[in-house]
Amino acid sequence: MKFYFMHLMPYADLDLSYDEKHNSAWVTLPNTYYDPKKGHQLYNRYLDELEYADQLGFDGICVNEHHSNAYGLMPIPGVMAGALARRTKNVKIAILGRALPLLNNPLTVAEEFAMVDNITGGRLIAGMVRGIGAEYHSWGVNPAFSHERFQEAHDLILQAWTQPGPSVFEGKHYNFEYVNVWPRVYQDNPHPPIWIPSQGSSETIEWAAHPDRKYTYLQTFASVSTVARYMKMYKDVAAGYGYEATEDQLGWSLPLYVAETDEIARREAKEHIEAFLQKFLRMPMEMLLPPGYTSVKSMVGAMSAKAGHAMKQTIDSVIEEGKFICGSPATVREKLEEYQAQIGFGHLLTLLQFGTLPAELTRKNMEIYSREVMPYLRNATSRTAA
Amino acid sequence: MSFTESFETVTGTKIRLMRGGKGAPLLFLHGASGASRWLPFMEKLSETHEVIVPEHPGFGGSDNPEWLDNISDLAFFYLDVLDHLGFDKVNLVGQSIGGWLAAEIAVRNATKLGSLTVVAPAGIRVKGVRKGDVFMWNPEETARNLFHDQAFAEAMLAAPPPSKEGMEILLRNKLTSAKLAWEPRFLNPHLHKWLHRIPVPTLIVWGDDDKAMPVGYAPAWRDLIPNSRLEIIENCGHVPQIEKADRFVELVNGFIAEVTR
Repeated sequence: MKFYFMHLMPYADLDLSYDEKHNSAWVTLPNTYYDPKKGHQLYNRYLDELEYADQLGFDGICVNEHHSNAYGLMPIPGVMAGALARRTKNVKIAILGRALPLLNNPLTVAEEFAMVDNITGGRLIAGMVRGIGAEYHSWGVNPAFSHERFQEAHDLILQAWTQPGPSVFEGKHYNFEYVNVWPRVYQDNPHPPIWIPSQGSSETIEWAAHPDRKYTYLQTFASVSTVARYMKMYKDVAAGYGYEATEDQLGWSLPLYVAETDEIARREAKEHIEAFLQKFLRMPMEMLLPPGYTSVKSMVGAMSAKAGHAMKQTIDSVIEEGKFICGSPATVREKLEEYQAQIGFGHLLTLLQFGTLPAELTRKNMEIYSREVMPYLRNATSRTAA
Repeated sequence: MSFTESFETVTGTKIRLMRGGKGAPLLFLHGASGASRWLPFMEKLSETHEVIVPEHPGFGGSDNPEWLDNISDLAFFYLDVLDHLGFDKVNLVGQSIGGWLAAEIAVRNATKLGSLTVVAPAGIRVKGVRKGDVFMWNPEETARNLFHDQAFAEAMLAAPPPSKEGMEILLRNKLTSAKLAWEPRFLNPHLHKWLHRIPVPTLIVWGDDDKAMPVGYAPAWRDLIPNSRLEIIENCGHVPQIEKADRFVELVNGFIAEVTR
């Protein structure tokens, strides 16, 4: 198993009482809630944390893309990746973004990723996503065309990376007479690894698992049972295509907090994970799922589920569901071993800073995790694969 | 209520239509919430007109064709529908997205139109007059913002939750509305340049308390369409044909009688 330190770079100084006046930390939360002086401190602190992960022996670090919100301050993740490219030496740098359908010119991503890949000598992992629903409000991009723009932008970027330029691209949303990206990607056999983060979608899995692609499917923030279901789906789809999916094709991303004892871990994490769940993730259905973002069929499901019972997420509820792993090193190791054996994923992306978790606790979390968890699980593989 | 429901195929696309009444043909083009039911205003209009209410492609029980990308596609499709219906002249009436669509049809080809009525139409921009963000409204806000008289909102909110099929139709309608109107928001940036080409008498109807498409848009429509008249209905929201059905029917009937006699 490979270990990654994932950051969202939340605006941790957010006035958490914002929700007395505003219904979300996204789209419409006035940017007057953001103080650039504090932002300056936070950006530099977060970059230090990502660099520290390199020294602690993580396999990779991950930056992320979200727009117009307090949840994550990386609207242009390539800026972060660029800053990290020179200050880290060994880690892979995963950009998870970019949200392709939001862009009117996806070649900017082909260029940006190629530059990072060249500077780092091939340490880039190329993430491709559709962005979350709120982004279609913030960026004024039509969610009804989200899927087709994603496909087309992906095809364009792949063409830019794998066909000698100049070449012509004839699409519905994108058209180019001269696709000829300089620099070419460093990892040119055939292109940098592509990861597809998803909240869970059978359509995405069928596409990512296709033998022409075999992209790494990355399940983000979901209960263990959901993760297990989608990863099994990926393996089944691969088997249907006539090949066996490797653990390298499956990743899981979730927040994790490890401390000296279970009791200390829970006490230290509670306030910060609950700020993450209740304040930073807060958004109404209309923002989260604009029309066309998911299929009508999935929407009917989501709306019936919501009508059933919308429960407030707490530290206990997310630990119970396995959306958040929290405890002593022994507890965390045990859970990860169990999940890994059950599910069989090759990449574990842990969010070791979340919500308002301060610098000291973030560092402690990273240190204990890298010292007392990672080394014990490096060689773990699933029982079924063994 | 006397109407018939049918499915008809127009240039390869199957659409659902409701028809009722006798008299000069009146084609009603619905807005974002579709036209799944035969409503009281349709019944009243059908006392003096042959009323035809199609569901646009992508809405309700109609097909969701591959070719549908924007309002222009829909306008050209409706020129096919007009040919298909075979009437010499039709009185075209549309509300909200349907009003926008009616104007898009009329600027393209008005030879089969006897008159045009647009009700709180989308489609143009008056700088500084912000349209309501209907895509951000939750079901309660939607009900409250659509009507001036909150009794209508209360009735809408008190209705039992839709069946699975009803929910699917709601979501399909919303999806196609987004396709047509998300960006730029309820706007064809070029339409205003060509509204002067509408050659038929035009009635513009607006509620004075419209939170979706504010009444501040009404004078712009009146100024852009040469042979037009504006009627503002007091104490009325975005859907006059429901909230002020009698007044609405009176205005439409009076206008059509006057301009087509």
